[in-house]
Amino acid sequence: MRRAVVAPTTEPALVQWGLTLAALGFVGIFLVLPLGTVFAEALAHGPAAYLRAVSDPDALAAMRLTLITAAIAVPLNLVFGVAASWAIAKFDFRGKSVLISLIDLPFSVSPVVSGLIFVLLFGLQGWFGPWLAAHDIKLIFAVPGIVLATVFVTFPFVARELIPLMQEQGSEEEEAALVLGASGRQIFLLVTLPNIRWGLLYGVLLCNARAMGEFGAVSVVSGHIRGLTNTMPLQVEILYNEYQFVAAFAVASLLAGLALVTLAAKTLLEHRFAATRAAAGKD
Amino acid sequence: MTRRILAVAFAAALFLGTGVAHAETTLLNVSYDPTRELYREVNAAFAAKWKAETGETLTINQSHGGSGKQARAVIDGLAADVVTLALAYDIDAIAAKSGQIAPGWQKRLPQNAAPYTSTIVFLVRKGNPKNIRDWDDLVKPGVQVITPNPKTSGGARWNYLAAWGYARETLGGDAAAEAFVKKLFANVPVLDTGARGATNTFVQRRLGDVLLAWENEAFLAVESLGKDAVEIVVPSMSILAEPPVAAVDAVVDRRGTRRAAEAYLKFLYTPEAQEMVAKHYYRPRDPAVAAKYAARFPQLRLITVDGAFGGWQKAQKEHFADGGIFDRIGVNR
Repeated sequence: MRRAVVAPTTEPALVQWGLTLAALGFVGIFLVLPLGTVFAEALAHGPAAYLRAVSDPDALAAMRLTLITAAIAVPLNLVFGVAASWAIAKFDFRGKSVLISLIDLPFSVSPVVSGLIFVLLFGLQGWFGPWLAAHDIKLIFAVPGIVLATVFVTFPFVARELIPLMQEQGSEEEEAALVLGASGRQIFLLVTLPNIRWGLLYGVLLCNARAMGEFGAVSVVSGHIRGLTNTMPLQVEILYNEYQFVAAFAVASLLAGLALVTLAAKTLLEHRFAATRAAAGKD
Repeated sequence: MTRRILAVAFAAALFLGTGVAHAETTLLNVSYDPTRELYREVNAAFAAKWKAETGETLTINQSHGGSGKQARAVIDGLAADVVTLALAYDIDAIAAKSGQIAPGWQKRLPQNAAPYTSTIVFLVRKGNPKNIRDWDDLVKPGVQVITPNPKTSGGARWNYLAAWGYARETLGGDAAAEAFVKKLFANVPVLDTGARGATNTFVQRRLGDVLLAWENEAFLAVESLGKDAVEIVVPSMSILAEPPVAAVDAVVDRRGTRRAAEAYLKFLYTPEAQEMVAKHYYRPRDPAVAAKYAARFPQLRLITVDGAFGGWQKAQKEHFADGGIFDRIGVNR
């Protein structure tokens, strides 16, 4: 014990520095450099060209659609994820393993196939297509289809984050609360929710990142109508294919910016919660 | 805190809501890959003309992708008012598989319903380092050819048939042509789904020695990327590509847009639109405009699908359908 305090590592300095440099180099090449390239390319022709690119009506429409999609998909999967992991971790029932496998399904299916599933279900030649067309309901090649595909693809993120956490925590605290006379709602809000807070937040962030960035499944159901059914990732591809490199990287930089904002929000929340937790501990 | 959150949510709702407010007539033109720039210009001109003639505000939306893929999307319910695709077969497929376009659509507009034509040429790197002059240079060992996938791309089907036509004439017979095309596709390192993707593979990713491209796509690449990067090689013969247009009857009748859709397609034949056609390197049909831009387009011998392959239905069935010749020659790749 004491020796460990004096000399936490026993490797020679060369190995320590070598490993550190290798790790930093890896992070630099695979994370920082590509991110930097996106912003550098976006600003290659100056800030005026950048502003023109991001204020283009089609780019604005793509941003709007991406935000709408995430704003619908993330809360849905938040509710579903909490409900599913609560059921799986705290209760025993028949078919539990089937439910777990079903939750994992979107992870194991290629996004393109995920998109095709919806075309086969709701496309004009699909199972429900003729009925939908007869009632003038547009799912595929319209915003609802894009939301559906996104919900499907981001389905596992929250649940997958929470299930191991809740299983590890067990249900002793909930049982104690029950014995003390708490209602189901009280148990959830005062016992379960505070315990899973961090896992939940992380799951939501992952879910959100994927919802905004999803390409494959959305590409299949989008129909690629400019200014109407292109999300930001699709818009980036279109602009790139039209030799509009500044505009393509400008929209890409906004996507990267959204990711950075998400990260910053997570760090900020962590700080705030750590502070309140420390204060609570002192009482 | 709560009030601040509410304010942010309100601002977000305002931003998200602005897109849905105004109602106006819209048309959706579902087109193939390289026509993006052409239709952006045509749409603006027609919308202005329509406004002047009828007082109606018309917005024409565009969707682009590989021709076969776009046809599939329309079959699956993408609500296109008009389709402007790379070849007649893809519109035939919409008519046959979904019944949304009446048979005989190709007779409803002049000249096989194709308001412009194009052909297939080669795009090579500056200075033509592999000295590619004609089709037989494409099957030499060590030459990498870039073309999209004939299964999904209309342009690629024209590429394939042009190569076949050349081989059949110079080598004699369909068996020799099949061997030739098989050798050609063995030289293809990557098959993109659409023409624009293939152009980017060749130009941006710098893969391959020669790109088989729409003439208009080749001109655009030279124009966008500079003459010091790539140059066009015109082979001894090629194929007359007729990209046709049609109104999607089921959609325009349901949405009440038939009048606008048909006027839009007729507009493509006017001298005004034909000028735009020529400007974007498609070959105009209008004789006066064609004469004006004659110097721009090289004269070469062009075979036709109807003449050399007995029409698109037959060519599609023999070459590109599941189990067709393209599947057969692709087996060993």
